[in-house]
Amino acid sequence: MPSHDVLIIGAGLAGQRAALAAAEAGATVAIMSKVHPVRSHSNAAAGGINAALNPEDSWESHAYDTVKGSDYLGDQDAIEIMCREAPDEILWLEHRGVTFHRNETGHLGTRAFGGASQARTYYVADITGQALLHVLYEQLMKHHAAIDRYEEWFVTSLLQDAGGHCVGAVARNIRDGAMETFTAKGTILASGGAGQAFKPTTNALICTGDGIAQAYRAGAPLMDMEMIQYHPTTLLENGFLITEGARGEGAQLFNKDGERFMEKYAPNKMELASRDVVSRAEQTEIDEGRGVGPDGQGILLDVTLVPKKRILEALREIVNIGRDFAGVDITREPITIRPGQHYIMGGVKTDVEGRTPIPGLYAAGEVACVSVHGGNRLGANSLLDTLIFGRRAGAHAAARADGMPMPAEPPASRVRDEEGWIASLLQRGPGSGRRVSEIKDELGEAMNRHCAVFRDEQGLSTCLDVVRRLQEEARSAYVDDRGTIFNQDVLGAIELGYMLDCAEATLLSALERRESRGAQFRTDYPERNDDEWLRHITVSLGASGRPELGYAPVTITSWQPEERKY
Amino acid sequence: MPSFTLKIRRYLPESGDAPFWQEFDVDLEGHRSVLEGILTAKAREDGSIGIRCSCRAAICGSCGVLINGRTRLACNTHLAEAVRESPEDGKIIVEPMNNMPVLKDLIVDMDAVHWKKIQRVTPWLLPEGPPPEREYVVPHENMVDVTQSMACIQCGACVSACLSMEVDPLFIGPAALAKAYRFVGDPRDGAQYERVKDLAEDPAGIYDCTHCFACIDACPKGVAPMSQIMRLRRVASRDHDIEDRNNGYRHEHAFVENIERNGLLHEADLLPDSYGGKLHPRAVPELIDSLPVVAKGLARRKITPGKALLHPHRRHYKDVRKLFKKVQAKDEPLELNLYIVGYEEEEEAAR
Ligand SMILES: Cc1cc2nc3c(=O)[nH]c(=O)nc-3n(C[C@H](O)[C@H](O)[C@H](O)COP(=O)(O)OP(=O)(O)OC[C@H]3O[C@@H](n4cnc5c(N)ncnc54)[C@H](O)[C@@H]3O)c2cc1C
Ligand code: SF4
Ligand code: SF4
Ligand code: FES
Repeated sequence: MPSHDVLIIGAGLAGQRAALAAAEAGATVAIMSKVHPVRSHSNAAAGGINAALNPEDSWESHAYDTVKGSDYLGDQDAIEIMCREAPDEILWLEHRGVTFHRNETGHLGTRAFGGASQARTYYVADITGQALLHVLYEQLMKHHAAIDRYEEWFVTSLLQDAGGHCVGAVARNIRDGAMETFTAKGTILASGGAGQAFKPTTNALICTGDGIAQAYRAGAPLMDMEMIQYHPTTLLENGFLITEGARGEGAQLFNKDGERFMEKYAPNKMELASRDVVSRAEQTEIDEGRGVGPDGQGILLDVTLVPKKRILEALREIVNIGRDFAGVDITREPITIRPGQHYIMGGVKTDVEGRTPIPGLYAAGEVACVSVHGGNRLGANSLLDTLIFGRRAGAHAAARADGMPMPAEPPASRVRDEEGWIASLLQRGPGSGRRVSEIKDELGEAMNRHCAVFRDEQGLSTCLDVVRRLQEEARSAYVDDRGTIFNQDVLGAIELGYMLDCAEATLLSALERRESRGAQFRTDYPERNDDEWLRHITVSLGASGRPELGYAPVTITSWQPEERKY
Repeated sequence: MPSFTLKIRRYLPESGDAPFWQEFDVDLEGHRSVLEGILTAKAREDGSIGIRCSCRAAICGSCGVLINGRTRLACNTHLAEAVRESPEDGKIIVEPMNNMPVLKDLIVDMDAVHWKKIQRVTPWLLPEGPPPEREYVVPHENMVDVTQSMACIQCGACVSACLSMEVDPLFIGPAALAKAYRFVGDPRDGAQYERVKDLAEDPAGIYDCTHCFACIDACPKGVAPMSQIMRLRRVASRDHDIEDRNNGYRHEHAFVENIERNGLLHEADLLPDSYGGKLHPRAVPELIDSLPVVAKGLARRKITPGKALLHPHRRHYKDVRKLFKKVQAKDEPLELNLYIVGYEEEEEAAR
């Protein structure tokens, strides 16, 4: 029964950064991931990472852009920390070997990104996330003596002692199906987002909200769950992402009449306005009949305006995506895109040290809500969030563990219960109910229909009814695989439960927020209403086993809410 | 909608049965991926099919498999394309990758082979001294150069395709050596000499590659591992004078010079040239070692004494030399690199 000072669940950027920080502080560390760490979804981040590192730039300017981008729902104390610590974090990565783009003088070079008043996005061609993730993994291999890696282990639930403190987790070894408990003085959730609750999504198949649901089931509050980012440029057909870097490099958007419609919606920043603004503009054009494509559901993104040499040097990956997944040579013709689900701003509520209200439980990265993104995340701020708050959580958990006794081993019955639950899943056959995959598809389609760029009470309520029915159906859903070795089928059934919890929390929060702010646009409440709704909405599991809504104040330090114009 | 047949090699370790073939029909558009085909079969017919996958977009490196015998990523191979290449009347044949033990169905043990080899090359930066206050100042070209090996997603496709690895499982292999170049070519790394010396002296190191191009062909990300291996060899012999056990680098040069001199390859001269000329001390034992091969060649009439001594292609040598002059007059030729686009520009200008 392994025990460590710090147990980290998830090995994307947030998890790996936390592991390195905790090890550096002298803690014994375990890091666990349901896929090999370099397969984590952080590798998909193409565009880059923000920091005010240039002498002409300032962290205040970065912070202001972030606050404005969040539609004033971001907590300004957390945003200040993130933006202030960003430059050193970039240098830390650079010194560990990230192959950041250099300018002609051999210094770090930047590119422009949406919602930013300066070009402050650092990048590696268009494989930034991949480069960061692989370099951090190099460091994990280097520090193998201090950091135990559990690769291809699936966490099924968090362990709590009688006082409710988090003391580790229960996990299944995917390779052989064995269940084991891991005790730890501190546990850091870094298990990423929940995009798979939507269909289509830019998110990978593993982004199923596991950590969000596990924390919720353990009693931690979720926050800002209504804030779901729809990215302006995802492929019409399958939802794959075309990075914002394309617009940063000069690509433009056109409707079916060849009109550069962003002139109407954001005359100053045009295509580089905040993501919520651009996605709404596109959806408005589509809804008013000016879309392209067979059903008029698309918008044209013209990358040919970027010099070819620059495309091949800096946007190589989307040339491949256009070619392989849409059959379009983006260096020669425009590509058809539309807004698509991309990111969840909400998550497990934490403070700036990554602490959740449950003692011993931390969260960092997309699973968490600090909240630095508020109502809308700026492009290239998420990688930064994962690293800054991953590091802070790792360091804090290590310091807290110092001198603390190792928690008692949990009773053996805890593993037996979990095994029994999985065994009962395996016993269900086709007679018992629906297929897991069918339920998942229905969930994704319903969320994408009713809980997307434009929302209203009726649609959200309909969707909530669907989700509640699906939760019921999931209880009797069946799987085909009865084996223990790499039984991905049974893990899919467990993930379905997590996604349904996340979807429910999202819908409840979206229904509750009767205003329009950031990514939440209610057609029945089209205005922002600071008097009533300049506050966070939380969802926690009540004593009755039903979700309960609550509120949390927004921290304002220097920047008072203003009207948002791009 | 068109229908495709996937013929999947299955292996269920717990059943005690040997691997077997199973066919699945899926209705999907032809430009959908083989991965989507497999996932459709998994969702509709049999959830127990094992395949690692996540991103669906050739980024995470999970889904390497053999498709019709060639190593590919399932997620960036179109169904229609796979059918065209099918050797068995339109069935798409999907098998686990080569050179790694199979754990279940299409899932192989990457840890036992791929990751072990990655760990062999000290896969982290070894900077010299404390870091500067700000960034290291590094030429743009060097960063672009190593970014090609940074583009590797560790999918193992090259490992599966590598012929040397099949013969010599100890061979460090294409992915790990490409990873090694990521440090050797990085000006921030302080251990270039130690790294290339180590890889040159390991009998399963950089000289164990046979130049077969299989890894370049298999790599979905344009990392071109063989080119990275060639770069490692060049750094070893050109920059550090490290002796090449198989004499590969000198052989390469001798090859080029031989053609320049003779108009077409003059085999009889090649071997001594590779060792520094007929009278070079190393050439003598090598020539003696080669005698059995020469004798065999003579016996099978692959070599004729007349041709060996009088090179019949000599009369074209002037034209060939002209070609050489033309090429040499150009600037240092750009190397094949995904992120350096000199050739593309020339092509554009020519239009
Ligand atoms: C296509 C795309 C492009 C993007 N581009 C950018 C960009 O340019 N700039 C930017 O700033 N942001 C970008 N983002 C957002 C950013 O990539 C993510 O928000 C961020 O990488 C999340 O990192 P993470 O460490 O929180 O989680 P992830 O990288 O998703 O890692 C989650 C980890 O948790 C593990 N895990 C999950 N569940 C379990 C479980 N039950 N048991 C064990 N392990 C588990 C997973 O295996 C994985 O290791 C992009 C996102 C997408 C989808
Ligand atoms: S070129 Fe070398 S490394 Fe590449 S597959 Fe062939 S033998 Fe292996
Ligand atoms: S070099 Fe190419 S084929 Fe080999 S592991 Fe890397 S990405 Fe895969
Ligand atoms: S699924 Fe990620 S590479 Fe194929």
